[in-house]
Amino acid sequence: MTDTTRDTDEPSLDQTPAQRQAPEQQSTGRHRLPDQGQSADQHWKVVPAPEQQPAEAGRMDLRTTTAMNVGRMAASLSQRLGLGSGGMIGGRLALTLQPKLLQQLATGRRVVMVTGTNGKTTTTQMVAEAMRAQAPAVSNATGANMLDGHVAALLTRLDAPFAALEVDELHLAQVTGRFEPAAILLLNLSRDQLDRVGEVRTVAASLKRALAQAPGAQVIANRDDPNIVFAAADHPNVTWVSGGVRWRDDALNCPRCGAFIGDVDRDWRCQCGLARPPADWKVTDTGVIDGAGTHHELALALPGHVNRVNATFALAAALHLGGEEAPALARIRRISQAAGRYDTIRLGGRRVRLLLAKNPASWLEMLDLVSGSDEPLVLVVNSREADGYDVSWLWDVDFEMLRGRRVQVAGDRALDLAVRLRYAGVQANVASTVEVALGGTQGGLPDVIANYTAFRDVLTRSRT
Amino acid sequence: MTGERVRIALVLPDLLGTYGDRGNAIVLAQRLRWRGIGSELVTVLSSDDAVPEDCDLYLIGGGEDVAQVAAVRFLRRGGGLTRAVQHGVPVLGICGGLQVLGTGFVTGDGQRHEGLGLVDASTEPGRGRAIGEVTTQSSLGGVGMLTGFENHLGRTTLGPGSHALGRVVRGTGNGHDEAEGAVTGHVICTYMHGPVLARNPKLADLLLEWAIGEPLAPLPDPPEIKALRTERTRIHVRNRK
Ligand SMILES: [Zn+2]
Repeated sequence: MTDTTRDTDEPSLDQTPAQRQAPEQQSTGRHRLPDQGQSADQHWKVVPAPEQQPAEAGRMDLRTTTAMNVGRMAASLSQRLGLGSGGMIGGRLALTLQPKLLQQLATGRRVVMVTGTNGKTTTTQMVAEAMRAQAPAVSNATGANMLDGHVAALLTRLDAPFAALEVDELHLAQVTGRFEPAAILLLNLSRDQLDRVGEVRTVAASLKRALAQAPGAQVIANRDDPNIVFAAADHPNVTWVSGGVRWRDDALNCPRCGAFIGDVDRDWRCQCGLARPPADWKVTDTGVIDGAGTHHELALALPGHVNRVNATFALAAALHLGGEEAPALARIRRISQAAGRYDTIRLGGRRVRLLLAKNPASWLEMLDLVSGSDEPLVLVVNSREADGYDVSWLWDVDFEMLRGRRVQVAGDRALDLAVRLRYAGVQANVASTVEVALGGTQGGLPDVIANYTAFRDVLTRSRT
Repeated sequence: MTGERVRIALVLPDLLGTYGDRGNAIVLAQRLRWRGIGSELVTVLSSDDAVPEDCDLYLIGGGEDVAQVAAVRFLRRGGGLTRAVQHGVPVLGICGGLQVLGTGFVTGDGQRHEGLGLVDASTEPGRGRAIGEVTTQSSLGGVGMLTGFENHLGRTTLGPGSHALGRVVRGTGNGHDEAEGAVTGHVICTYMHGPVLARNPKLADLLLEWAIGEPLAPLPDPPEIKALRTERTRIHVRNRK
């Protein structure tokens, strides 16, 4: 917790994150493991809420105040013109006028950054809600997860002592180059639009650099994901969450040395020294077991194992910030949707549950969620720029688990999906739109699983 | 073929399997199953000793530079794959697999690496990545139009020991002489993802016939496969300027 005392005028702030990067540890010998002797309660030192309230007046210079005002004006104008929530444009303008605005807005607040391939938006909302049991918290709830989105979120309420910010995996290093968050949550890493983002190893290396720039932050990380273990293992303060991984194809080989790891479900230890760390929190079928062995029922409104993992991350963050378990958990439990994910919406005269799946790992999670149910199922796949144009990944997803069910498919790439399902032994009907697909189902509360742009379109149509 | 089961080797999916390459194995196994023929998937990982020699068909996918170099080193070990090819066993190499099975390739750092030389094709980095739908007219009898998705930096030149898998109608392909892919004997290489066998069932059946050594009973194409092929090859017409 150095952010309350950091001098905002330090010269390094104008440097690029790469220039500010802390030198990598030069150790070529055995890998240093997290201290196994550390007791569970040492992870949970209680930290008081910041004494110093973030202040708008005081030391802010004219440039900063102008940037903030212009940013807020642009945001509200954009909102009134119906151009969206306005966060992005306001944040971008304000950042252009005052490049140091992000670090200035973060000063005096306790900020939790949330990153990973899947679950960022939902977990960020959980963290924000859990924080609100203590004091006001801001959040980039609309999913604008780069620096301009962070500025916009922090601008919404200057007196909020807490912030929960979702950050794009490749942008965390830019954030920690500007200020040190109170906590950093690393959920998982897997392939996601490979032709656009770059491979998983590159992302893991970028996260590792980002953490090296924030030695005082509490890192809360998924110990069952070898790529996350690689990114976080050298950090001095890590709380390890055992959430399991369903998607393994990006974790067959050691992220550090490339040697074969094999089954990640056991206590693996690579020849280079990288190893699965002991868990501080273990997610179970109904809740979570803490370091002392106590089981906590989660009883979430949100469905599935994946959300128990997300909730565990949020709970761990809230406790690190000095929150109490019961009120934090009560607020996490009440969340029933996150930016439309898991929401029950009206579409084509029907009530449906909307689920987002945008890469093989999240498809597996969502299929797992619906595989036990016999509600009607609609799958929607697009391949626009934001989705990635190549849909070969459909063959990485184990659609075989839907065998015996009849599903409806729609979207730009409905035919690719239908062919995939044919080879998986799943009966599928191709429909021209999601509404037509729903017309082909009877009764129940249908589940609609859609990838990124398809999800966005369905959500927009449900609200008009 | 051991007994009545066709042994399909999925080679190094941990190194080369970036773009749904496992899908080609799913397609082959299912097309056999629909005809009442059993199959066995043999997954060869980089932790194994070497590639077994006794499989009926080998599938090699694509990956990054480092993975390709490691794959060549692994595949050379024991010489199982080369001996299988000498016996006429079919091999399908996709994207990075094409480069690995060729005579040589140059990685992003400018270094030249020797390939396995199972097809006469040599690859160097191009000026930009070729990304998008690709359609070709196949040179193989009865296969017809091929459709796939390409995403590669490499540009491949064919030597006299290989011929192209198809002539490019749309897309980049090898980047030379309107050629796409490389064929020598029963070794077929292509830049096409999709996966290629899901979009092109005739190519899948040709490989299976080579693997089994006899003609297969014809299988009517399900309507969505026909429709997908029409949709993917028609884009070319619609987008033509
Ligand atoms: Zn290692």
